[in-house]
Amino acid sequence: MDFTTQLLIAAISAGTPLLLATLGGILTERSGIIQLGAEGLMLMGAVTTCIVYIRSGNLVLALLAAVAVTALLGLVHSFLCVTLRANQTMSGLAMTLFGSGLSAYLGKPVSGAPLPGTSPKLDLGALKSVPVIGEIFGRMDVLAWLSLLLVVLLHLLIHHTSWGLHLRAVGDNPATADVMGIRVQLIRYSYITAGAALIGLAGADMVLAYAPTWNEGLTAGRGWIAVGLVIFARWNPLRALFCAYFFGALDSLGFRIQLLGSAVPPYFLKMIPYIVTILVLMYLGYRNRNKPSGTPEALGTPYIREQRF
Amino acid sequence: MSLKPGSNSAVLEPAKDRSGKWYSLRLEYDASRTRSPWWTPVLSVILALLLCASFIAANGMSPLVVYEKMFRGAFGTSYGFTETMVKAIPLLLCGLGIAVAYRISVWNIGAEGQLTVGAMAATAVTIYFPGLPSFWSIVLMLVFGTAAGALWGLMTAIPRTHFGVNELITSLMLNYVALLALDYVVFGPWKDPKGFNFPGSPMFTAAESLPVLGSTRLHIGLIFGLVAVLIYYLMIRFTRWGYELRLIGANPTAARYAGIHIRKHIIIVMLISGGLAGIAGMAEVSGVTHKLMQGISPGYGYTAIIVAWLAKLNPLGLIVTSVLFGGLIVGGYSVQTIGLPSSISEMLQGAILFFLIAGDMIHRFRIRRSA
Repeated sequence: MDFTTQLLIAAISAGTPLLLATLGGILTERSGIIQLGAEGLMLMGAVTTCIVYIRSGNLVLALLAAVAVTALLGLVHSFLCVTLRANQTMSGLAMTLFGSGLSAYLGKPVSGAPLPGTSPKLDLGALKSVPVIGEIFGRMDVLAWLSLLLVVLLHLLIHHTSWGLHLRAVGDNPATADVMGIRVQLIRYSYITAGAALIGLAGADMVLAYAPTWNEGLTAGRGWIAVGLVIFARWNPLRALFCAYFFGALDSLGFRIQLLGSAVPPYFLKMIPYIVTILVLMYLGYRNRNKPSGTPEALGTPYIREQRF
Repeated sequence: MSLKPGSNSAVLEPAKDRSGKWYSLRLEYDASRTRSPWWTPVLSVILALLLCASFIAANGMSPLVVYEKMFRGAFGTSYGFTETMVKAIPLLLCGLGIAVAYRISVWNIGAEGQLTVGAMAATAVTIYFPGLPSFWSIVLMLVFGTAAGALWGLMTAIPRTHFGVNELITSLMLNYVALLALDYVVFGPWKDPKGFNFPGSPMFTAAESLPVLGSTRLHIGLIFGLVAVLIYYLMIRFTRWGYELRLIGANPTAARYAGIHIRKHIIIVMLISGGLAGIAGMAEVSGVTHKLMQGISPGYGYTAIIVAWLAKLNPLGLIVTSVLFGGLIVGGYSVQTIGLPSSISEMLQGAILFFLIAGDMIHRFRIRRSA
């Protein structure tokens, strides 16, 4: 296998959790609610998967549990931000803090214990023998395929269905949507919860495909990178695919350079994704300074019926 | 109860009162009630303790035993209490910095990284300027620590003011960068050659260490914190800068129309915020650990966010909440003796923040009786 193929495989493997979390963030924020709890949600998804998988040995049950737990946390976020109109930034921070504390507490007994298995790979039949493509696709697990499917589905949902139109209307101008008879609160609740569940699935993918065991603080800031990727992808699922794999490549590039015997200390290589995130966002901000950035217009402002702004 | 989506009031089922008249209760949202009452922080701490008690009980432990252990560990003995105060110092300094930024809605969550670079800069003084007289080495460490923290804050402010990048993401990314830089120096160039291969800088000399109170570990960093609170309080109350800050906090749109330069204020506020966290880092290495090592901060920068929010960004309230949370950290350590992870304290912190922001909003709803 040559260097590029290896890098592509690693980019997809490291990019899949980022992609799932970014899609979750896009769903949430399209409805007009900021989602900063991604880091905590990913940790909770990861720890739930580990505990249930190790205790029951059933992968499907583990994934369902991860989705259920994070959807529940999504409901908490919805209740705070939609019903109580609380500060969305603070709610996200609370979710991250609570998620990292609770996951460390719950995960203590299974810390370092190996998982019974990884997520299965699809049987591709004849495609597997095709040189480069077969090698890349042959290594993609079910969740990686699911994330690709979700990219297409969410793109169609957001841009080509009436549900998507309602979602965009709620995110851009809830007052008008309300007048048109769209149920603003219901839509926000549904998409925040669904988005949180997707971010939880991203955490599950972290432990299943990327890191073999649970460790405290396993995600190491990837939830926050996903928050950045939502902006980078301009709230668009197709762009999210490109952005997540780009960052997956950066993430694994550090390892590769190290393996090649580079003289640069590994600590600096590990800094690359964080620094590139900041630089890319700065570049995008500069380039789009006088243009619409794709931000849902009502992002961050709670909607109160019968109140003028 | 019927609740129409998007509506501001919920009507509870009609009922008869004593005189036989029909009435119904309405839950109404009143946006003008912005001042939250004093009891929301107290209540949120109690509710968070109850919530986490259920998790502890689910794990087969008695929450009462755990909480008693935590309380006794933090406030029960004079040793525990001075340890609590030692932890309160970085929380007070970082929390004050965070409060300054949050006052004008600049969401700095980078105190952790700002503290780390402050500690690194202070250590750099001991390594590159060894053998200075005590007074000058402490002053130089303080200047370097503050400057490094402020610089880290500036690296968050500039992308926000000139490129429109959300400061939450930048400040958090810089935390990871700072922690990796710390790893690099303690494993690499600054590693103590006589340290038995243990990652960490050489021990500071007595001249490079902050004076302590008697035989305890409580150092004069406490005075830095209290002086900073006092200066901040006076500045906010009595200077033009403080007035402008309060105006931006109350109504940013009005402030802009009044000709206040918001960009400039964001930069100033982030310099102060980072600088205070940098002082906290300097005080940690010079006052407590006496050398630079991994894990110099057990998440002080993140805990300080809650400390600041719980104090409602009030500088005097910060003194109370930072002691409380210092106790929470020390209490978290003391439950390790009965085999529980110290992350209990982190879980409690997150839960407190949840209840606090919910409580701040819930009191804006009121129940009204209507015919």
